[in-house]
Amino acid sequence: MATEVGPTSVKAPASGGAPIHHGPKGVGEDNRIATQGRWAAWLLAPTILALSVVIVYPIITAVVMSFQKDAGLDPATGLFVEGGPAGFSNYVNWIFQQCPAPSGGTVDCPPGTLGAQFWSATGTTFFFTIVTVAFETVLGFWMAVIMARAFRGRSLVRAAVLVPWAIPTAVTAKLWLFIFAFEGIGNKLFNTTVLWTGSEWPARWAVIIADVWKTTPFMALLILAGLQMIPAEVYEAAKVDGASAWQRFRMITLPLVKPALMVAILFRTLDALRMFDLPYILTGGANNTTTLSILVINQIRQGFNAAAALSTITFIIIFLVAFIFVRFLGANVVEQQTGAGKGKK
Amino acid sequence: MTAATSAATELRAEQDRGRKVAQNREKWASGRTYISAVVILFWCLAPAYWMVVTAFRDVGYTYDTSILPTHVTLDNFKTAFDTSFGNHFGQALLNSLFIGTVVTVVSLLIGVFAAYALARLNFKFKYLVLGFILGASMFPGVALITPLFQLFTNIGWMGTYQALIIPNISFVLPLTVYTMTSFFREMPWELEESARVDGCTQGQAFRKVIMPLAAPAIFTTAILAFISSWNEFLIASQLSSDATQPVTVAIASFAGAQPNQIPYTAIMAAGTIVTIPLVILVLVFQRKIVAGLTAGAVK
Repeated sequence: MATEVGPTSVKAPASGGAPIHHGPKGVGEDNRIATQGRWAAWLLAPTILALSVVIVYPIITAVVMSFQKDAGLDPATGLFVEGGPAGFSNYVNWIFQQCPAPSGGTVDCPPGTLGAQFWSATGTTFFFTIVTVAFETVLGFWMAVIMARAFRGRSLVRAAVLVPWAIPTAVTAKLWLFIFAFEGIGNKLFNTTVLWTGSEWPARWAVIIADVWKTTPFMALLILAGLQMIPAEVYEAAKVDGASAWQRFRMITLPLVKPALMVAILFRTLDALRMFDLPYILTGGANNTTTLSILVINQIRQGFNAAAALSTITFIIIFLVAFIFVRFLGANVVEQQTGAGKGKK
Repeated sequence: MTAATSAATELRAEQDRGRKVAQNREKWASGRTYISAVVILFWCLAPAYWMVVTAFRDVGYTYDTSILPTHVTLDNFKTAFDTSFGNHFGQALLNSLFIGTVVTVVSLLIGVFAAYALARLNFKFKYLVLGFILGASMFPGVALITPLFQLFTNIGWMGTYQALIIPNISFVLPLTVYTMTSFFREMPWELEESARVDGCTQGQAFRKVIMPLAAPAIFTTAILAFISSWNEFLIASQLSSDATQPVTVAIASFAGAQPNQIPYTAIMAAGTIVTIPLVILVLVFQRKIVAGLTAGAVK
């Protein structure tokens, strides 16, 4: 790092790592950044290109599709109609839960149809997100605090938490379906006779419990990594000054672990908002466990363009939540990423 | 004299008491830690244990609730691979292996360059690129599925391998890039310089110094990439056919002899087969995996 000691060389910020050499020594700083920029462009090109093809292109297509009418039978005339520009009608139909009426125009979607489920699916999605993330944060924090302590068998615990994480969600869903079966171990253990997937609240709790089981370890490990970056001397000093355990937790642990915690909560929230596998396999979306993702999937075979509008709405919702997190709650993902969060810069 | 002795004794007794209280408190604290650890172990392992126990239990005793293995049999594993009820579990295993391998290799080949640039070079728009890649990794799968469903229907790709591989890259590639970026940032790159000073050529320095250092990072990233592709369900459930479906889809739609009876023991056997290799892999490389998993968030 210190091999280049010219008058023109400036030590690169630690976050960028050591600069590599291109061209002879003594090239101006501007020039070197330009060279590095050129290199970076070449190295990044394949990734940017690939992501443009697999993400940006589909997104633009989806937005274009969402402004098109779905081809199908016209309920008014009974004839097959081609699509065509639809303006905002697909969006309006979802948000106001309107379906095309036989007499032309639109009417309220009859209960039970997909069109009537937008707000209930949105509510379910947010309900699942808030409840699961809350449980995972509290449980994950507790697990992380335990795992951060020094005791014999600590590595066993750290290994064990990876087990739920490593099991595919589809398998997790089937496993909990079996645990929550009427004659299953769940009812036996709690001495209950609940038909877990048979009615609204048990079905919702089944999804929540399975999700918390599967994803708490991820949360715990992220928080643990945050805890381990707090130097032990800070705690020693606080102890000497007579701070109680609760004070140490509130005044040291919480503020210092907050950046990592916020990023963990952000990751989990965005993940929970797109929840699909668990409710889809565990309950099939029955009994008010249909999330927005499940609604999109159910809609696809009934009309691409309406589905595209709904998936765009879902995307916007998730984007807004991410924006709120980053802007107002201080979940600074990029800074964390580049190491500036550590105060190196 | 006696007063001094008794004072000293008292002091010692006091100190002993103090030490005992401290020791007791410590014992109590470590006892609580152990109780918590046992609770965590139980919470994480019990459901997984139940899956394995059920997998080895005779189908006639599916709902047996004894904690220890009873009515042990290997029949469920045979049933899992049986194709007579329209299940394709064996094929699905191969499909998942194939899809996961291709996605991992492609993502690593493309992503390693980007990670190097992000970790080592200074350039304009670095934050923008990082933000774009992180944003891409949190992207909802359903936002991709609709246009891809239509596109692949139109060009006749429904149910093909490429229709499953390409969307998987959309979330595996960002994951690879940001995991490797944080690994690369922590590598002692100055060793490359030292090797050059010691007379290595650039190529030798790369082969003999950088490669061995980077290999574990790349390997860990590969495991994480493979697992996330292996676990994918949403896209595969819509775009795959019976011939190309991965294990997650096969397990989700696993059918038994009777249409109204879910063949739980066979499903648990299939789940065990799908999970055990992953769990072993994860446990063996535990330290590295945890580092990789948390790299994007805290480093």
